[in-house]
Amino acid sequence: MDALILSRIQFALNMSFHILFPTISIALCWILLFFRFRWVKTRQTPWLTAYRFWTKIFALTFAMGVVSGITMSFQFGTNWPGYMERVGNIAGPLLGYEVLTAFFLEAAFLGIMLFGHNRVSERVHLIATFMVAFGTTISAFWILALNSWMQTPQGYWVDAQGIYHVSSWLEVIFNPSFPYRFLHMVTASFLTVSFLLAGISAWQILKKTNDDATPKVLKTGLTLAAILIPIQILIGDQHGLNTLHHQPEKIAAIEGVWHTEQGAPLLAFALPNAATQSNDMAISIPHGAALILTHDWNGTLQGLDQFAVHPPVPPLFFGFRLMVGVGMLMLVVSWYGIYQWRKVKGDVLRLPRYLLWGLASMTFAGWLATLAGWYVTEIGRQPWIVHGLIKLSEIVTHTPPSHIAFTLTMYVIVYIILITAYVSVLKYMAEHPHKTEDDPTPASGEAVAILAHQSAAAKGDLS
Amino acid sequence: MTWDQALPLIFISLLGLALFIYVVLDGFDLGVGMLMHRATPDERNTMIGSIGPFWDANETWLVLGIGLLLIAFPKANSIILGNLYIPVAFMLIGLILRGVAFDFRVKAKVQHQLSWNYAFIAGSTLAALMQGWMLGRYVTGFAEGTSFTLFAAAIALAVPATYVLLGACWLIIKTEGELQIKAVYWAKLAWVPVVAGMVLISLATPWVSDVVRERWFQFPQIIGLLPIPLATGASLLALRWVLTMPAVRTQISWLPFVLLIGSLLMGAFGLAYSLYPYAVIGKMTIWEAASSPEALTVIFIGAAVTIPVIFAYSLFAFWVFRGKVKELTYG
Repeated sequence: MDALILSRIQFALNMSFHILFPTISIALCWILLFFRFRWVKTRQTPWLTAYRFWTKIFALTFAMGVVSGITMSFQFGTNWPGYMERVGNIAGPLLGYEVLTAFFLEAAFLGIMLFGHNRVSERVHLIATFMVAFGTTISAFWILALNSWMQTPQGYWVDAQGIYHVSSWLEVIFNPSFPYRFLHMVTASFLTVSFLLAGISAWQILKKTNDDATPKVLKTGLTLAAILIPIQILIGDQHGLNTLHHQPEKIAAIEGVWHTEQGAPLLAFALPNAATQSNDMAISIPHGAALILTHDWNGTLQGLDQFAVHPPVPPLFFGFRLMVGVGMLMLVVSWYGIYQWRKVKGDVLRLPRYLLWGLASMTFAGWLATLAGWYVTEIGRQPWIVHGLIKLSEIVTHTPPSHIAFTLTMYVIVYIILITAYVSVLKYMAEHPHKTEDDPTPASGEAVAILAHQSAAAKGDLS
Repeated sequence: MTWDQALPLIFISLLGLALFIYVVLDGFDLGVGMLMHRATPDERNTMIGSIGPFWDANETWLVLGIGLLLIAFPKANSIILGNLYIPVAFMLIGLILRGVAFDFRVKAKVQHQLSWNYAFIAGSTLAALMQGWMLGRYVTGFAEGTSFTLFAAAIALAVPATYVLLGACWLIIKTEGELQIKAVYWAKLAWVPVVAGMVLISLATPWVSDVVRERWFQFPQIIGLLPIPLATGASLLALRWVLTMPAVRTQISWLPFVLLIGSLLMGAFGLAYSLYPYAVIGKMTIWEAASSPEALTVIFIGAAVTIPVIFAYSLFAFWVFRGKVKELTYG
């Protein structure tokens, strides 16, 4: 294998591993802010219990995101040296602003958020938590602006040496696919977290390690999922239309349209065959793809034969179906979960066991959908690094393939260990939620608040 | 000098500043990590507590440093990281292990906690060794040959020693009792290889690099430059002397750390003087390596606004956790 394919595999591996953790931390931090805010407002201890338990998961997730993110920042230089040399004038400031406005913000306030509760006031602590949440979202903003620019570049000019320059920063940042991709990713993050919340809560109920925070967490997860999944389907649909306009070959590969067609069917399943330029064993819904993508019964979809270069079909075709399939499953499960929740009036112990098992098995469903979606959009850009302008092969490193193979192997081993450790520690924490739970120190504001609340409740003027 | 010519100079200074702050801040984190094997389990918790709220923000200075190299000097970045491909990968593995072990060690099953402690120690050591190796390779302009390899190997050992000394000085500030006494002892132990390393490197650098030799050993510049090595030596000697004073455990517990930063700052100035105006020594100047002035101006505006704010809230975070370490509790 040559340096190009090895570098692609290594970068894909690092990206795939990295994205798992921001996907959780972007939304989880806002959820933590919500838990904390509810605790400050209501002084009901379950909210604090929920905050403390999920803060530990957040700390672990954030650390995984940070260390795998540092790897990314080095690999631009080690594996894709031509990238910054060609588009550094555009990518550089965007990455720079991410570090300056987001990374430091989240990292500096993280310490106060995690460990500062009895050193600062409740208000400062809330502000610190907000800063971390805000920082993670700002970070997503910059990096998705850059990623989207690589998909739908505009606002640039090229000089005689092939170096790209900016003509309009507004056009670069708010490029055509950016609003869709940003909303799609942030919503994906919230969906991932809502199924994580629901899944771990369900597991705790099944393992009888649930506490008084579990119903609140489960309800938060289910409600959020039920509200967001229809919105996400709508955003996804709009994102698809946007892609059809700017990257029609990506849509053709997703839908398995080998030849330009009118009234193309929606393929529920098929085995795309690159040799015969057709789909084997297709199960299709007539006119489906035409209707969804052109909003016209007999609308025309450009086929792959219209493009000189196009991405490989199978990863896009299957990746897309995996993402949509998980999304549909999320819709059914979250709505059914809400229905059952109302039926048992929030008494989680009376929830049907098959629902709990279903939720527990979907704990990481968001990861699956997010990864599948990113594979579709990133492989869908191939063979370009900047769509239609620069090919990946132009910017790859001259490092000997054996070196890349060596580091790749090393990363594979480390990442397998880490992901195993992460999932098993989450499971262990769910089953021992109070093992590392520390009572608030007597001097802390929380302890005083809890005591005040308890004595007031005892007098009967609060309950 | 026009604005366009000044920009690369401004950015190389920012880059140097970011890396210097990184070396000091993550230096003490990594140093504490490397000292963990000499501590009892309880002391380990205190040591972790002394760096817990900070390590993440400290590591961000490396991201800023490498980010500035990437975005402001992309051509130098390609050469440097291309030459350091393997050590970079090992350093990253080290930083990954250190970062995640920090969180795993308190949350994992009891029988796994010891392994995470070892991962923490090993990760810290590996990252420090590799940073030293990379510095050694960079200073020689990636020259090949036995003497250059030996030189890089010497720096690869000197950097972890420096980090251990930083870590010990940090612990003197943040701890009390038995652990603080140990920290003073560790600082004395680490002082010897640090001084040996600095002397060796000061002698060897002119020998391995023609550029550096010409820069330093010319009359009359040498007279103007003498304060740099003299100040470095003086603050290192003062540091050793302070370590023997009983007050180092009370009123002046901050002094060893400050003296060490002082000597590192002198060292950084010396290094900057040796390298200037090269981004890659003998091969590429900072002007040849820099991005376009337009891109640099855009980043400069952002940096000018945000870096003072970053300083403000970073100091606030350090201030919140001032004083001796208490056990860390999530909440």
